[in-house]
Amino acid sequence: MNRFFAALTLATILLAFPAGANEAESQLRTPQGGWPQSGIFGTYDRGALQRGFLVYKQVCAACHSMNLLSFRNLASIGYNEDEVKAIASEYTVTDGPNDEGAMFERPAMPSDRFHAPFPNEKAARAANNGAYPPDLSLIVKARLNGEDYLYSILTGYTAAPEDMKMMPGMNYNDTYPGHQIAMPSPLSGDDLVSYSDGTKATKEQMAKDVTQFLAWAAEPHMEDRKRMGARAIIFLLVMAGIFYAAKRSLWRDLH
Amino acid sequence: MAGNTTPTDFGNPVINWIDKRLPVFTMMQKEYGVFPTPRNFNYLWNFGAIAMVMLMVMIASGLVLAMHYTADTKLSFNVVERIMRDVDYGWLVRYIHMNGASMFFIAVYVHIFRGLYYGSYKQPRELLWILGVLILLLMMATAFMGYVLPWGQMSFWGATVITNLFSAIPLIGDTIVTWLWGGFSVDNPTLTRFFALHFLLPFVILGVVFLHIAALHVSGSNNPLGIEPKSDKDTVPFSPYYTVKDLFGVCVFLIIYAAFVFYAPNYMGHPDNYTPANPMVTPPHIVPEWYFLPFYAILRSFTIDIVIPFTDIIIISSKLGGVLLMFGSIAMMFILPWLDTSPVRSARFRPLYQKFFWLHLAVCITLGFMGAKPPEGIYTVISQICTFLYFAHYLIVLPLLNKYEKPLPLPPSIHEAILAQKK
Ligand code: HEC
Ligand code: HEM
Repeated sequence: MNRFFAALTLATILLAFPAGANEAESQLRTPQGGWPQSGIFGTYDRGALQRGFLVYKQVCAACHSMNLLSFRNLASIGYNEDEVKAIASEYTVTDGPNDEGAMFERPAMPSDRFHAPFPNEKAARAANNGAYPPDLSLIVKARLNGEDYLYSILTGYTAAPEDMKMMPGMNYNDTYPGHQIAMPSPLSGDDLVSYSDGTKATKEQMAKDVTQFLAWAAEPHMEDRKRMGARAIIFLLVMAGIFYAAKRSLWRDLH
Repeated sequence: MAGNTTPTDFGNPVINWIDKRLPVFTMMQKEYGVFPTPRNFNYLWNFGAIAMVMLMVMIASGLVLAMHYTADTKLSFNVVERIMRDVDYGWLVRYIHMNGASMFFIAVYVHIFRGLYYGSYKQPRELLWILGVLILLLMMATAFMGYVLPWGQMSFWGATVITNLFSAIPLIGDTIVTWLWGGFSVDNPTLTRFFALHFLLPFVILGVVFLHIAALHVSGSNNPLGIEPKSDKDTVPFSPYYTVKDLFGVCVFLIIYAAFVFYAPNYMGHPDNYTPANPMVTPPHIVPEWYFLPFYAILRSFTIDIVIPFTDIIIISSKLGGVLLMFGSIAMMFILPWLDTSPVRSARFRPLYQKFFWLHLAVCITLGFMGAKPPEGIYTVISQICTFLYFAHYLIVLPLLNKYEKPLPLPPSIHEAILAQKK
């Protein structure tokens, strides 16, 4: 009777307030087929990561930095050493001082960080109507429902409803909180990039690919983590079983 | 103490030699080997050992993190990311520490409600209980300062909101806040001192845990029946009976912990803390970590200024009122042994107390949910009702129960109760 009472109280509470934290008031979409990286056994799709990197490099990198990544990190999404070197060498970095005390320019190396589009926040704002395009290294972990949110932002540019007063320079987006975003639709049409693996670069495909790339960038060790987790949990299950058996046999003789 | 210890023969000359001069082995044998322990514990009694393991895990993982961490407002955010990305297994150590704090609080909250249900705070365990509440307070301080270290948005704004509470203290409030911050806002001096304190406090906790356990070994453990063991038939030696049972309990707990670390490491965290701290941008909802939410709800439930009638002189501002209530909620736990004077410990034999216990648990959980909501409309009303119920439990219900509750008859002894149940 009392257990029943207790269970009832707890159940009422848990049902009355589902999902504790702040639920997003915005529109969320999941692409068809879902995310290959989600779930206990989910892994990144290397093909999608490379396509996503291409989208970042050719579209988003015009405005957004990714300060936490180095070119060498690209090795773990399936580029070989020469390809990483080639990608890095497309950029120049300022290095120095050299023995004469002068700064100099040189091609970037795999150990260099991704090239940032603007030297500082002020410059970024000046080029974007006063808005600041945030660094994208962690963006998937920095938003609730990271992947779905990102995908929805990128595919959420529609015409503003009649009755909505848009501020100058703002764009209507059905997902962004407040629905007015300073970023112009970055994936406004198909074929902004040409994929080398023959995948058709539709808006949705590009949004899906770049989101997967950014998910990897935010959590590059996710696959190691899940792999190790399986081993750790199996080990603990075995240990728990052994201790449980030991406890049972020990306590059985006690009377 | 040393004078009356009779040397034990451990059958190993080296151990005997050491033990004669420093009787640590005799002590361990006495306190953890043969220590007579009630034989009727249920699994709720595992949570003390689990909390102990969590403290060790936190100290070990924290130490590794501290070797790679730098406290500097310009560096900390990126340094933590560097640990996540470039230090070998750095992601593992950080996720262990991050989720470990939550798991530690889960273990200790279960441990505390176990004590509330079975009356473990009653005579002769009052000091043991008070040391426990002290541990809880120290844990809160430690966790709060630890959360500031990665210097994300919630780190910064959480620290700002909570330290600002001290400004509610009349007259000297602002001075205290400036002193806490080491400046005029949460900034580099705040971060560096929080790091120093976050490193120190777990070792203070360790010291208090030692006292907590020393006190436990004077009174002995309580048990689900809440009656003292009367003879050898009521107890078993701690080892191997409870060492093995604790090891089993710890393993099960670690499985749940591992599920979070490896498969949902950010589930209990807040996404905003993956954005670097920015004093110019206030997040829309500032929420503390989940384990502070009930207290946060109590803090925000006080919404009016109390003034001297017919003037506009404020005696207690809503802010000060909230702070007083929040500290008051913990003070209730400190004085609990003197609020509940019923001679019967276990709720099993207290039909009314049992119902109020569950109500109290429900109130605390509801407060937790309210702490995560914006302080407006119905949420504020629910928080206020629950805050009232929280205090009413301690200040009204318990004293009334002392007077009017008729406890059920207690069993004559632990082993007779076990035998009776078997039949
Ligand atoms: C023309 C410059 C520009 C390009 C190109 C661009 N962005 Fe943005 N982006 C911005 C600006 C400006 C903001 C800030 C928006 C605001 O504050 O309203 C922003 C904001 C964002 C945000 C944050 C939204 C939030 O929740 O705060 C994300 C995510 C984002 N961009 C992703 C991308 C991706 C992915 C691409 C490439 C497909 C991209 N952006 C291309 C300018 C750009
Ligand atoms: C760092 C945190 C803590 C650790 C490591 C710890 C450890 C322990 C251990 C090992 C025991 C004995 C075994 C057991 O009863 O499970 C114990 C007993 C006890 N603890 Fe704690 N404890 C902690 C926090 C607390 C807190 C916060 C409270 C109360 C507010 C508390 C109250 C008690 C009481 C009353 C007992 C005796 C209970 C009984 O045997 O019935 N403890 N503790």
